Amino acid sequence: MEMNEKAILEVRDLDISFKTNAGVIHAIRGVNLDLQKGETVAIVGESGSGKSVTVKAAVGLLDANATVNAGQILYRYKDDNGNEEVVDLLTMSKRELRKKINGRRIAMVFQDPMTSLDPTMTIGKQVMEGILLHKKQDKNAAYARALELLELVGITDAEKRMKNYPHQLSGGMRQRVVIAMALASDPDILICDEPTTALDVTIQARILELIKDVQERLGLSVIYITHDLGVVAKVADYVNVMYAGRIVEVANVNEIFYEPRHPYTWGLLAAMPDLELDDDRLNSIPGSPPNLLHEPEGDAFAPRNAYAMAIDEKMAPPMFKLSDTHFVASWLAHPDAPQIELPDELKARIERSRKEAQSYA
Amino acid sequence: MSDVMTETREQATAQQATRADNTQAILKVTDLKQHFPISRNFTVKAVNGVSFEIYPGETYGLVGESGSGKTTIGRSIIRLHTPTEGSILFQDKEIAGSLDHETKQMLRRDMQMIFQDPMSSLNPRKKVGDIIGEGLDIHKRYSSSQERSDAVADMLKKVGLSPTHAERYPHQFSGGQRQRVGIARALIMNPKLIIADECISALDVSIQAQVVNLMKDIQDEIGCAYLFIAHDLSMVKYISDRIGVLHLGYMVETGTTDEIFSNPVHPYTKSLLSAVPHPNPEVEKKRHSVPYDKDAEGVDYSVGTIHQLEGTHSVLATDEEFSRWT
Ligand SMILES: Nc1ncnc2c1ncn2[C@@H]1O[C@H](COP(=O)(O)OP(=O)(O)OP(=O)(O)O)[C@@H](O)[C@H]1O
Ligand SMILES: Nc1ncnc2c1ncn2[C@@H]1O[C@H](COP(=O)(O)OP(=O)(O)OP(=O)(O)O)[C@@H](O)[C@H]1O
Ligand SMILES: [Mg+2]
Ligand SMILES: [Mg+2]
Repeated sequence: MEMNEKAILEVRDLDISFKTNAGVIHAIRGVNLDLQKGETVAIVGESGSGKSVTVKAAVGLLDANATVNAGQILYRYKDDNGNEEVVDLLTMSKRELRKKINGRRIAMVFQDPMTSLDPTMTIGKQVMEGILLHKKQDKNAAYARALELLELVGITDAEKRMKNYPHQLSGGMRQRVVIAMALASDPDILICDEPTTALDVTIQARILELIKDVQERLGLSVIYITHDLGVVAKVADYVNVMYAGRIVEVANVNEIFYEPRHPYTWGLLAAMPDLELDDDRLNSIPGSPPNLLHEPEGDAFAPRNAYAMAIDEKMAPPMFKLSDTHFVASWLAHPDAPQIELPDELKARIERSRKEAQSYA
Repeated sequence: MSDVMTETREQATAQQATRADNTQAILKVTDLKQHFPISRNFTVKAVNGVSFEIYPGETYGLVGESGSGKTTIGRSIIRLHTPTEGSILFQDKEIAGSLDHETKQMLRRDMQMIFQDPMSSLNPRKKVGDIIGEGLDIHKRYSSSQERSDAVADMLKKVGLSPTHAERYPHQFSGGQRQRVGIARALIMNPKLIIADECISALDVSIQAQVVNLMKDIQDEIGCAYLFIAHDLSMVKYISDRIGVLHLGYMVETGTTDEIFSNPVHPYTKSLLSAVPHPNPEVEKKRHSVPYDKDAEGVDYSVGTIHQLEGTHSVLATDEEFSRWT
């Protein structure tokens, strides 16, 4: 199988739909995504744009009503004998995935921690189970490792807490237990779906630093799905912006924040509340995302795009290359398109960000 | 402890006096304690004597460390827990003790909670339209099924979903869509107080903005009050009139949003504010936050008392800490 040499995971032309009572929902419409070893990639985007479905496909956890219409998810790893292998995760059976890949090589932290936790089992047992499943160890060693992991994610009184059931923990504690479970098996790839949504900023910082630390020590590659652009700024090397089942902009983290090119990305950046300003109203992007029960004609973002052109109504834009690291799916990047200036408010904001950055340089 | 209680009451009176319109609080929590016995020798003291009040039409932001008791306070107020100690007055009725039928009805009607964990708070076997319409059904808030489905469709649109979503089941939604179902279910009842527990944290920033704007609009329209529990301080700053900062089950600092943001006094509050990540990669990759370790600094919350600063701003401290921090 052809795979980019440095990549550890490559999503190619992924296309997925769901059957529902109301009809077929075309949720993923040709997604491409690269992850290199040791790197951190963020996926941001509209709620419902397909972030979770994309990564669930990689670990074989799509709902029963899902159909993969096309695409590949290539994964490069070393087998137990140290030989390099490339597999297409989409062709593997759920059983095979569970045995060879999931947890052990690719670990996932789900958006909703209760989907990964068994409500009838103490959390100590659950973390230990993960350790024992993937490593041949005796129970005492597993216990010690579980305790260590829980302390690392900032659970105080960890020894006592191991006897707690999930419902006896706070939302953020549950989330941290799931992160501890994911790290338990020293995976190659860690996929975190909104890993810090329920965490206060101090604990969030601690978790992000913990993951960074594991990354530096073991060369872990990480995919973060998050809507928190502060988190993205802190951890990401590359950022993928998703809208209506497609990646609409991908770039390194500085390009996304200082030179965004897609109008949807502009909308996202402008919607953040600014601690420096006393705005009375937040800027949301007007309109709502397309209903993917009906295939959008042209660019799916066009109806909400103040800068849409005639061609947007007819044809979906291809990916335009702006630099070696920056790509955008917007007709505005076409050489013949009019030069559009960033919206004033966003321009001012980026200017402020740049100034602030200089004071740190 | 009695010291804390008297101080708290004094402070409450002081706060009331500073309110020009002299309105009655819709919710008044006094010295609330919520403890969970886990085993014979381990009790989780989730909430340890917390006092605050919320006025009609106001938004009170509750922030604090993960596990500090925010959700527990919300659940105690809406009586999913029986408080261990303390008083909760809601619309002038004591609701901390046992509840008679009438009070229960009043609570169900006038107080709603949006839960942190949308998946486990939505019945997986019910269609979303019926989940949202359930409150309308219980309190018979419509005269025809058309009126009911119109109300549900209208609410779905308001939270940025589509009326066709009414036919789907909870698991067929994305995380953020599910959270909006929970929001719609609470808002449709036009309650007097909404406890919103991390209700926007799973939403992308544009939808967050939309939902928060919607919450503000509904507040203007029906005058409801919010207890807004969140960890995103920039959002809390934006939506709240006043803020309470919780740490390990103690209210360590409270005041107007402006007082807390422009003049944080408690070291935990300072640490919290400094840890807010900036959406600015060049800065964020270099910046470090102010750490806070209560034990290293020798702070013992149980011996602190409420110290009043200017206006409604107060902080939990010993006299010595108070003079050191201010
Ligand atoms: N089992 C399912 N049946 C039908 N539709 C589904 C199912 N699972 C997901 N979808 C739809 O697929 C789309 C993408 O969902 P996904 O969970 O990937 O969104 P997301 O980008 O992760 O959003 P969020 O930020 O809200 O979590 C959504 O429109 C969702 O409603
Ligand atoms: N039903 C319960 N039984 C036992 N302990 C509980 C129960 N509910 C909560 N706790 C404990 O009470 C403490 C406070 O939990 P709570 O859920 O209120 O925190 P929180 O401030 O909402 O945190 P987060 O931001 O992580 O959601 C935690 O130590 C938790 O383990
Ligand atoms: Mg998701
Ligand atoms: Mg909570």
